Amino acid sequence: MAIPYFPGCTLSTKASGYDRSGRAVAQALGLEFQELPDWQCCGATFPLSTDNAMTLIAPTRLLRQAQEAGGQMTTLCAICFHVLRRTQNFLQEHTDVLERINWFTEEPYLGQVRVTHFLELLRDQLTWETLRANVSQPLKGLRVAPYYGCLLLRPPAEIQLDDPDDPHILHECLEALGCEVITFPYQSECCGSYLAVSKPTVPQQLAQDILASAQHHGAQALVTACPLCQYNLDYPQQSVRGWAIKPLPVLYFTQLMAVALGLPEQVWGMEGHSVDPRPLFEPYRATVA
Amino acid sequence: MIERALVVGAGIAGIQAALDIANSGYEVILVEREPSIGGHMAQLSETFPTLDCSQCILTPRTVETGKHENIRLYTYSEIDSIQQDENGDFTVRIRRKPAYVDWDICTGCGVCQEKCPFKVESLFERGVGTRKVIYTLSPQAVPNKPVIDAENCRYLQSKWDIEAGRVPAVDAKGNPAKPKCGACEKFCPTGAIQWDQTDTFFEEKVGAVILATGYDLFPQSRLPEYGGGKIPDVIDGLAFERLLAASGPTAGKILRPSDGKPPLEVVFVQCSGSRDPERGVPYCSKICCMYTAKQAILYKHRLPQGQAYVFYIDVRAGGKGYEEFVNRAMEEDGVIYLRGKVSKLFREGDKVIVKGVDTLSNRTVEIAADLVVLATAVIPRATNPQVAALFGVPCDENGFYCAANEELDPVLSIAPRVFMAGTALGPKDIPETVAQASGAAAKVLSLFQKQRHAQSQAQGVLEAVGD
Ligand SMILES: Cc1cc2nc3c(=O)[nH]c(=O)nc-3n(C[C@H](O)[C@H](O)[C@H](O)COP(=O)(O)OP(=O)(O)OC[C@H]3O[C@@H](n4cnc5c(N)ncnc54)[C@H](O)[C@@H]3O)c2cc1C
Ligand code: SF4
Ligand code: SF4
Repeated sequence: MAIPYFPGCTLSTKASGYDRSGRAVAQALGLEFQELPDWQCCGATFPLSTDNAMTLIAPTRLLRQAQEAGGQMTTLCAICFHVLRRTQNFLQEHTDVLERINWFTEEPYLGQVRVTHFLELLRDQLTWETLRANVSQPLKGLRVAPYYGCLLLRPPAEIQLDDPDDPHILHECLEALGCEVITFPYQSECCGSYLAVSKPTVPQQLAQDILASAQHHGAQALVTACPLCQYNLDYPQQSVRGWAIKPLPVLYFTQLMAVALGLPEQVWGMEGHSVDPRPLFEPYRATVA
Repeated sequence: MIERALVVGAGIAGIQAALDIANSGYEVILVEREPSIGGHMAQLSETFPTLDCSQCILTPRTVETGKHENIRLYTYSEIDSIQQDENGDFTVRIRRKPAYVDWDICTGCGVCQEKCPFKVESLFERGVGTRKVIYTLSPQAVPNKPVIDAENCRYLQSKWDIEAGRVPAVDAKGNPAKPKCGACEKFCPTGAIQWDQTDTFFEEKVGAVILATGYDLFPQSRLPEYGGGKIPDVIDGLAFERLLAASGPTAGKILRPSDGKPPLEVVFVQCSGSRDPERGVPYCSKICCMYTAKQAILYKHRLPQGQAYVFYIDVRAGGKGYEEFVNRAMEEDGVIYLRGKVSKLFREGDKVIVKGVDTLSNRTVEIAADLVVLATAVIPRATNPQVAALFGVPCDENGFYCAANEELDPVLSIAPRVFMAGTALGPKDIPETVAQASGAAAKVLSLFQKQRHAQSQAQGVLEAVGD
C-alpha cells in the first residue's frame, strides 16, 4: 500500500536516521512511503494568533500537495504532525480562513485531507498483532522507557491520538517488538523544545530530570517519536560538562522496529547519536545467513 | 393548602429548615437517602473560623430532629414520585430501601456491627477508613439503627444464589444448601434482623417543599495530572477531615493512608478542579480557601514538627473573621503559602513529588511530600437533575438548582411552593447554608401563616355577619 509521506526538514537533515529507519520499516511492513513532491517546511509551530492566515499558508500548501497525492499523508516528526493535524482541524472549522488562503495561493485546498502519525497508522491500520507477527528478532529483556513529550499528544481534544496523562501508543508499539516497557513519571513532560536555541540551560536541566528518572526506573534506553526531544535529551549528554548521570541512549521507535524486524544495520540510522545505542543491540542482531 | 412541609435531604440545611418549621408548630416530612442524617457536616472535624467541634455543634440538632414530635423522619429513603393536585398540594410517594433490620425492634445496641466478620471500604470515611457490612454511619448516628449493605453481605448473597439456582440446591453431604454467615442475626438480642425486607412505600400529603440535597466533591479520577485517585497518599479534603476527626478512623491522629505513618511534609492544593473551565468546573468553590487554612492549622497543632504548604491561585476569605483566620495560619502557625498552580503530582518511592510554580518568586517548586490534600471542587449531587425534574425546578449549566431570582429571591424556585436551601444551590459554608435554610423555612411558614390569617379574617367576617 502506497502512503503519501512528508519527511519535513529535520528528518532530511539532523534526524536522517529517523527518516531512514522509518522508510525501511514501512517498506518491510508493506506500507510504501511515497514522498510528497516539491514539499517545503511545515512552519514548525502551529500559529497561536488565529486572525493571521499568512502563518497557515505553509502547512496548507502541504495539505494541498497531499490532496493531489490521494487525500491522506503520514509523518514521522511529532512537530510536523502536530502542526499539520491542527491545521487540518482548524481549516475544517474556519472555512472563511481557508477561502482567503486559497484565494492567495490560487491552489485550492478542499479541506478534506487526513494527516496521520506513523504510529497511528501502525495502531489503527496495520494493527499491533500484524506488527508482532512480523517481528523476527524480538527485543526480549530490553528495558525501554517511552518518552512522549508534549507535541505528539497535546492538546488532546485537537490531536486525538492518545491520552497525554496516561498514554499507551508507544508502549503498545514497543511491547509488540518484545521489549520490556517501563513507565516513568516524566514520560509526557516537556523537553524544553526550542529553548535549546535561546536558553539551552533550561532544556539541559529538564533533560537531566527526565533521564535520571528514566534511569532510576530501570530503563536502558529512552524511546521517542520527536526529533527535537531526541536532540534535547541526547546531544547534551555528550556536549555538556559536569553531566551528573550515566549515558542513556535516546532512540526513535522506528530504530527499534528496524532491529526487531531483522533489517540490516545500514537502515538503523544510529550512527549520528551522541550516546551510541548500538552496543545495546548486540544480542538482537539478525544472524546473517 | 395542607399545612405540612416536605424537606428533601437532611444535611445541615434540611435539618435547620425542618427544625424551624417544626418548632413553629407545623409538621415536617424529612426524607434522607443515607441511613442517618447530618450530611457532610457530620464528616467534618472542626469548623472555621471558630474551630468548634463539628459533631458537638451538630449533634444537638440531629438529636432534636430525631425525636421532634412534629418531624416524621424517613431515612434510607428517596422520593419515588410526586403529584400536585388542583389546590397546589403534593402527594408524595416515598420509597424506603430495605435495611434488613426491623428498626422498630432494634435497640441500636451495636452488637451486630461488632460481630459482623466482614469489613469494606467506607464512603463516609472517604476511603481512609472501613466499616462493617452491617453499619451505621457513625457512633453518633441519628437514627442509631444499622442497615445491611446487601451487595457485600455473605448471608444475603448466598441466600440469593441458592434461590436463583446459581449454586447446587444440596451440598456435598446431601443436605439442603443454607445461606452462610448470619452472625448478626445470631447475636442480635432482639431478633431484629429481617432477611425478607424489600422496598417499602409510604404516601404523604404536603403543601410545600424544600429541596436541600447538598453537594459532592469533584472526583479525583477526573484529575489525571494529580494521579487520578490512584496514589494512596493523595486524598481529598473530606478524607483529611476524617483523619482529623476524633471520631474518625484514626481517632484524630494524622496518619497517612499508605503506611500509617505521620506525614511530616503535607502539601495542600487549592482550586483542584475549581476555576478550570477546560478540565474542571468554571466556578470558584468558595469554601476551599477557608477549610484549607483550617486543615493546615489543625495539622500544625497536631504535628508541630511537620511542615504544611498551601498552593493557591489567590486567597478568597470574605466573611466575618475569615481574613484574620487565614493570616493566623500564615503568621502564627507557620504554614507556607505558595501562590501558583501545581502542574503535576506523581509517586516516587514513598514520597509524592509535587511540581508547581511560585509566581511571587517566579520559580518552579518541587516538594517531596508525605501527603497531598486536594481541595477538590464542590459539585452538585449527580441526582440533582432527577430531583429537579420531579419538582419542576430548573438546574443551571453546572447542575445546581436555579433560584427564581438569584439576587432577590435566592431560595424561591419558579415552581409554586417549592423552595431550596444550602449547597444544592451552589457552594457555600455552614453559616450561609443555615441562613438560607432558615430563609426557606420562613418562606414556607409565611405561606402557612397567610392561609391562617385569611381563615381567621374570614371567620371574623362570618361572626360579624352572624351577629
Ligand atoms: C473538606 C471540607 C471542609 C469543610 N469545612 C467547613 C468548615 O470548617 N466550616 C464551614 O462552615 N463549612 C465547611 N465546609 C462546608 C460544609 O460542608 C457545607 O457548607 C455544609 O455541609 C452544606 O450542607 P448541606 O445541607 O447544604 O449539604 P449536605 O451536607 O451535602 O447535605 C445534603 C443531604 O441531602 C441528602 N440527599 C442528597 N440527595 C438526596 C435525595 N435525592 N433524596 C434524599 N436525600 C438526599 C444527602 O444524603 C445529604 O445528607 C467544608 C466542606 C468540605 C468539603
Ligand atoms: S450476615 Fe454476616 S456479613 Fe451479612 S451483615 Fe450479618 S454478620 Fe455481616
Ligand atoms: S444487634 Fe440487633 S438490636 Fe443491636 S443494633 Fe444490631 S440489629 Fe439492632
